[in-house]
Amino acid sequence: MAEKLLEVDDLHVQFATEDGIVHAVDGVSFELERGKVLGIVGESGSGKSVTAMTLLGLTRGVNAQFEGRIEYKGEDLLTMSEAELRRFRGRELAMIFQDPMTSLNPVYKVGKQIGEAIRTHEDIDSRTTRNRVVQLLRQVGIPHPEERVDDYPHQFSGGMRQRAMIAMALANNPDVLIADEPTTALDVTIQAQIIELIGRLKDEFNSSVILITHDLGVVADVADDIAVMYAGRIVEYGTKRQLFYDPQHPYTWGLLGSIPRLDRPKPDRLASIPGSPPSLINLPQGCKFRPRCPHAFAKCIEHPPLENRVAGTPPHLDRCWLTVEEKRDLRDLTIHGEAAA
Amino acid sequence: MLTFIARRVIGMIFVLIAVSFLVFVIFIVVPGGDPATRIAGKNANDQLIENIRHTWGFDQPFYEQYWIMMKKTFSGELVSYTNQTNVAQEIKAGIPATFSLAIGAAMIWLFWGIVVGIVAAVNAGRSTDRLVTILALVGISMPVFWLGIIVRYYLAEGGLVTWFPDGEYVPFTTSPSQWFYHLILPWGVLAVLFIGFYGRVLRSNILDTINEDYVRTARAKGLNPRRVMLSHVLRNSLIPIVTLFGLDFAAVLGGGAILTETVFDLHGVGQYAAQSIGSFDLPPIMGVTLFGAFFIVLFNTIVDFVYAFLDPRIRPT
Repeated sequence: MAEKLLEVDDLHVQFATEDGIVHAVDGVSFELERGKVLGIVGESGSGKSVTAMTLLGLTRGVNAQFEGRIEYKGEDLLTMSEAELRRFRGRELAMIFQDPMTSLNPVYKVGKQIGEAIRTHEDIDSRTTRNRVVQLLRQVGIPHPEERVDDYPHQFSGGMRQRAMIAMALANNPDVLIADEPTTALDVTIQAQIIELIGRLKDEFNSSVILITHDLGVVADVADDIAVMYAGRIVEYGTKRQLFYDPQHPYTWGLLGSIPRLDRPKPDRLASIPGSPPSLINLPQGCKFRPRCPHAFAKCIEHPPLENRVAGTPPHLDRCWLTVEEKRDLRDLTIHGEAAA
Repeated sequence: MLTFIARRVIGMIFVLIAVSFLVFVIFIVVPGGDPATRIAGKNANDQLIENIRHTWGFDQPFYEQYWIMMKKTFSGELVSYTNQTNVAQEIKAGIPATFSLAIGAAMIWLFWGIVVGIVAAVNAGRSTDRLVTILALVGISMPVFWLGIIVRYYLAEGGLVTWFPDGEYVPFTTSPSQWFYHLILPWGVLAVLFIGFYGRVLRSNILDTINEDYVRTARAKGLNPRRVMLSHVLRNSLIPIVTLFGLDFAAVLGGGAILTETVFDLHGVGQYAAQSIGSFDLPPIMGVTLFGAFFIVLFNTIVDFVYAFLDPRIRPT
C-alpha cells in the first residue's frame, strides 16, 4: 500500500458575493498517494481550480468560507494559520498555473523568480541558489540554462515560460505538485511536451501530481485516477481505466462524446452537451446535472450520494441514480451518437 | 542609445519651437495685444505710438518679429515691454525659490502619496480605506489659493497661532534654518493636492496588481505577505506613478506652482509668470513658457529612461 499523502474530505468552499453565496466547491473528497497522478476534469466553473487553490490556501479571504478537511501528512491544511501554511506552500505543495504568460512577474529575471522560491524556504547564498536554478532549468529542458537564467520572462516563449514555472514549482522538491490547466494556454504541439515533462519529472522528483484540466485527452496520457467534477461536486471518481472503458455518469458520457473522433464517419455537427452549467448561486435540487441530462427521471430530484455502484475493486464511485444495467444500455448512444447505434 | 538621445534632443527642439510659436501667435491674435499702444501709455498720440512701433520693430512682418524675439531669448537679451527689465535675469532670480519649493514639496508629496496609497489599498474596503479616501478627496478638492490663505490666516497671522512666518522666501545661502522655516507652509500646501491624487492613483494600481497572476504565483511560493506586497505588488504598481511624478515635478520646477508662489509671495518663476500675464507682457511670458516647456520635455525624456530601467519589456535590446 502506497503512502497516502493527501486526503481531502468533504471540502466545501463558499464565497459571499453581491449576487449571493457562490457554492464553488460542494463536498469534494479525494485522496492522493505518493507517486500517483490524479486528474480532475470538468468544465469551466466546475470548481476544479478553486479546489486546487484551496489546497494551498490561496482562496482564503474575508468573503470565503470553508468546511471539511484537507489532511496532508496528518495535518489539516484547511484550519492551519496563514503563517503555518506558508511553510507548506511552495515547499511541500507547489502549484503550476494556467497562463504562463501572466504567471511570471514581468520585471524580474526568470532565474531570480525561481531562486526566490528556493530562498523562501532555505537559507542559502546566492551562488548556490543560482547553480540550483540553472540545474532546474536544465531539468525542465531549457536550452543554454546558464544564459537563459538571466533572461526576463518576455524573452521566453509560452512553452519555455511554462517550463520555467514547472522549474519554480519543483525548486523545493515538493511532494505534491498541483498543475492547474498547465497546457490550456499553450499551442497544441507544446501541450504534449509539457504533459510528458510533468509525467517524467514526477518520477524524478518522486512527487505526486494533481492535474486539473477540462480536456480528457490530457489526463488520458498520464493520470492514474480521474475525478470528474460538475458544479462543485465530484460526479464520478475512479481509475483511468474505469473512467474511459466503463463510464457511469451521464456527464462523463457527454464529455467523452464531445471528443471529436477521426476514426468515425464525420457527423453533421460536433457533439456537445446541451445547455450550460448551472449558476453556482442557484443550484438545482437533487442531481445538479439533471436539467441537462437526457436520461433524467423522477428520482433525480433526490440528492445522489457519491457511491460505489458498480461494486468492483478498486472502487468506482459515481452520483447517478440509474442502475448499472440502464447505464450500460444508454451510454453507447450518448457517446457514439446515432451513427454508432 | 546615442541615437535615442539624439532623437530626443531633436524632438525637444521641435517642441520648444512649436510652443514658442504658439505663444507668439496667440499674443498677436488676442485683442488688445498691440504692445506699442500699451508701452505708449494712456494719453499717447499716434506719432508716439508709430515711433515706438518702429523702434521696437512691431512694424516688421510677424515672422521677422518672431525671429528677432527668438534670437533675443536665446542670447539672454529679452527685455520686458512694461518695465524694460531683462527677462533672463528675472527668471534666474526666481529659480532658487521655485526650485526650493518644487523639490521640497515633491519629496513630501511622493512619500506621503505612496504611504496613503499603500495604506488605503492594504485596507481596501475597510473603514481605514474609507477614511483615507475621504481625506484624499478633501485634499484634492481644496484649491491651493484657498488652502494657502487659510493656513496663512490660522497658522501664520495669528488667526489661531503664529507658528510660521507669513510668506516670503529666504535664500538658503542667507540662512538655511530660515529658508526651511519659511518654506514649510508652501511645501505643505502644494503637496496636499498631489498627496491625495497620488494616493488615489496608487491605491487603484495596487488593487489592480494584486489580482495579477504573478502575485498569486508569489503567494504560492510561500512568500510572506510583506514580501509579496513590496517586491511583487508595489514594484509593479509604482511604474505608472513615475510618469505622473516626472511630469508634475517638471511642471512645478518650470514655474507651474503659480498659485502657491503667489499666495506665499515667494518671488519665484511662477509668480513672475503670473505678474507678466497680468500686465500682458509678451517677452516674460515667452521666457517663462519656454523655461517651463524645457523642463516638461526634459523630464519626459528622463521618465522614458526610468521606465526602461523599471520595466525590462520596453528596454531596447
